Amino acid sequence: MNRTQKQSRTAILILRLIAGLVVLILAFLIGYIFITGLPNVSWRFLTSPAKAFTAGGGIGIQLFNSIYLLILAMLISLPIALGASIYLNEYAKDNWFTSTIRTAIEILSSLPSVVVGLFGFLLFVIQFNYGFSIISGALTLTIFNLPLLTRNIEEALAGVSDDQRQGGLGLGLSKYETIIHIVVPAALPGIISGIILCSGRVFGEAAALIYTAGQSAPALNFGDWNPFNIDSPLSPLRPAETLAVHIWKINSEGIMPDLTKVSSGAAAVLVLAILIFNLSARYIGRKVFEKMTSVN
Amino acid sequence: MRKRTLMKWLIAAVIVVAGFGAYAARSKEATNQQSITAVGSTALQPLVEAASEQYAGDHAGIFINVQGGGSGTGLSQIESGAVQMGNSDLFAEEKAGINPKGLVDHKIAVVGVTPIVNNDVNVNHLSTKQLIDIFTGKITNWRQVGGPNIAITLINRSQGSGTRVTFEQYGLKGHESAVAQEQDSSGTVRQIVSSTPGAISYVSFGYVNKSVQPISIDGVRPTEENVIHNRWKIWSYEHIYTRGQPTGLTKKFLQYLKTNHIQTTLFNKLGYISVKHMQYQRSWQGKITKGSGE
Amino acid sequence: MQQNQKLAKQLMKKSKTARYERFGHLLSLSALLLIMAIVLGIIIFIATKGLSTFFKDHISLKDFFGGVIWNPGTQTPSGQQAVGALPMIVGSFLVTILAAVVSTPFAIGTAVYMTEISPKRGAKILQPVTELLVGIPSVVYGFIGLSVVVPFVRHTFGGSGFGILSGTFVLFVMILPTIVSMTVDSLKAVPKYYRQASLALGATKWQTIWKVVLRAATPGILTAIVFGMARAFGEALAVQMVIGNAALMPHNLVSPASTLTSVLTAGMGNTVMGSLQNDALWSLALVLLVMSLFFNLLVHFIGRKGAFKK
Repeated sequence: MNRTQKQSRTAILILRLIAGLVVLILAFLIGYIFITGLPNVSWRFLTSPAKAFTAGGGIGIQLFNSIYLLILAMLISLPIALGASIYLNEYAKDNWFTSTIRTAIEILSSLPSVVVGLFGFLLFVIQFNYGFSIISGALTLTIFNLPLLTRNIEEALAGVSDDQRQGGLGLGLSKYETIIHIVVPAALPGIISGIILCSGRVFGEAAALIYTAGQSAPALNFGDWNPFNIDSPLSPLRPAETLAVHIWKINSEGIMPDLTKVSSGAAAVLVLAILIFNLSARYIGRKVFEKMTSVN
Repeated sequence: MRKRTLMKWLIAAVIVVAGFGAYAARSKEATNQQSITAVGSTALQPLVEAASEQYAGDHAGIFINVQGGGSGTGLSQIESGAVQMGNSDLFAEEKAGINPKGLVDHKIAVVGVTPIVNNDVNVNHLSTKQLIDIFTGKITNWRQVGGPNIAITLINRSQGSGTRVTFEQYGLKGHESAVAQEQDSSGTVRQIVSSTPGAISYVSFGYVNKSVQPISIDGVRPTEENVIHNRWKIWSYEHIYTRGQPTGLTKKFLQYLKTNHIQTTLFNKLGYISVKHMQYQRSWQGKITKGSGE
Repeated sequence: MQQNQKLAKQLMKKSKTARYERFGHLLSLSALLLIMAIVLGIIIFIATKGLSTFFKDHISLKDFFGGVIWNPGTQTPSGQQAVGALPMIVGSFLVTILAAVVSTPFAIGTAVYMTEISPKRGAKILQPVTELLVGIPSVVYGFIGLSVVVPFVRHTFGGSGFGILSGTFVLFVMILPTIVSMTVDSLKAVPKYYRQASLALGATKWQTIWKVVLRAATPGILTAIVFGMARAFGEALAVQMVIGNAALMPHNLVSPASTLTSVLTAGMGNTVMGSLQNDALWSLALVLLVMSLFFNLLVHFIGRKGAFKK
């Protein structure tokens, strides 16, 4: 075995060690969250409303709010991010204008979420008079979410080989048709993993929501699904404390006696929910990919 | 292709019809549903929130949104008229940048603030002078006040927080605390004090539990009874401000907050002291007079 | 004749496909412009708020960037306005750079493992786990930091445990998944034939990774690091819990310090819109914005220089 081979062996061994160490750290974190949290999770905990100062509160409404808010925010931000990344990756010429836009997007993504939250507060809550509501929260989350989502989708589009585009153009399709029917489906697994990453971030976001979706979770009437009624779970104009905001709130100002239990239980549920998203989105992504590629 | 377009239109039509249907079928109560919003002090939030839940439970179609955000947010929002109630730990007059004119003060409760130390410190009383020396950095080791040989770790609330202003004004007699660690919530302060050797900080009575040791000052213990008779000096009002005299639902809710039922049951559980029980009152300049002011 | 005109008209008219094409082009452009409008809106918003400290409240730049005492609204013993942001700026820089320095080798190592060495295991175990980690809310990181990292630092390195070092450890774990997943993307974007060509030339696997794959992916990796740093930079809740939030110049890595975001988040709710105290906080946000702009430009510069010519 010569020197370079030895070097290669050692280097790869080191890489394996690093990867192993990272897995260990991650396993410790997730283990810590689950071990301290899961014993506190029960069906009742998942479905009952929170209590302000007595023991035995649950996280039912917060959990629902988190999911609803995530879906709304994704519905708003996905088309915008998809459009923008298509433009950036397929149409934009490589000039100063494009790189300015990229820089601007990167800056937006590096803003602390509390600043985005306050911007959302002044714009949506005060200026547009939406109040502390789901819609204010969803729009603020959209702002918070757009840069990273755009970036991820663009990355996925860039990963599609140029042969595919040439194939489409060669068939006489217009550029846009090529993008919609060939490039985007080919990039779908990447796009979906981008969406998962962003969903996780949105789901766990607290600082941007404190001033927009609010910190109170009024009781909901789960028998009423008409979005125009203010106590309906679907009403976009009701205040909605999410799970992450709830964890933040009870940790900072909570006075219920079983605070640590509720907080660690809620954290475990949050991570578990993200795990479920992860798996299901992966599964859906694969199915969609199979279907789209076989049709087109 | 045509079939697909048709499907798309059909789906769109169904959504539009469903939307109108839902709008038409919205509960008739929705039209006379009332909602008001309270924003501000995170210390007052659990109290108002708990009271609002009870109130909404008794009155159908009433929605009271209670949000945190801090006293500064509460006061600036009520000043600009964006909300109906602004919660604050401080008098509007004390807060920089607020024009108190036109704002009406409703003193909802009294809250006592006590120094707390880590349990290992084994000190449970200090003189005012010692307290001031500790917080201004003249005393740096617990040995100097009769405790074990542990360095003192100061933990402050954030600048501008109501608890900190109250503590510096009445606990430190107007001395400003030395620059040290700051935390922006009582829960975090308690957690850090309970886990950091030699730590000292201050929280309102409601946050004191077994994990930390409250401190007597000049022989006076931090109890409700002592606050009521102004023997324990470190206390402040919790305010709800309205813009002009309150009307409608806001007025009813404020009255509800002041009823005996709420003031005795709910307040006690949460560690607040009813304004009605106070034997003394204090103006925003700090002047003490006898009588509850109610 | 008329027939000809009609035909000419038809020929001159854009085809359905061309119209479709233009529609798509405009649609994606408008999405981008919307994002631009939001970015511009936020930048203008922060700039006007942040600059009013200097124009409306007449704070000098020297006091702001050179001062070391932070207590807006009061004066320093020497009679200047106490709006010295230097401790926070230093704190932010230190924490961010240290966290990036610590996590970059780990992140690149993990990413290389996932794409080059054991793609199967990478996709099965590491990828879901990293994606899961991104979703852990910062407040949970903060509490794990408070209950695990701070005592660990206190026992191992002394001090109270609160400080830059604890902040670095917490941020290291927080930005790791971001850097890993973006590095993986950019490594995957390196064409297969680069690797094949290199191996065919007799290079070892490590030589291929080090000299070809990583080189080709350098701009992508740098972007990943910037994104990681951006997250570290803008992270508020978790850092705030472990760094101690003392607006003091850090003496060492275990003395309490503060970052721009921690002071910003903690102070925002306690100040009144339009007051000096509040404006000074927005100035911190502006500094944050300008600093991230600087980082971005730096990376663009490095990326362009070090880019592997395709």
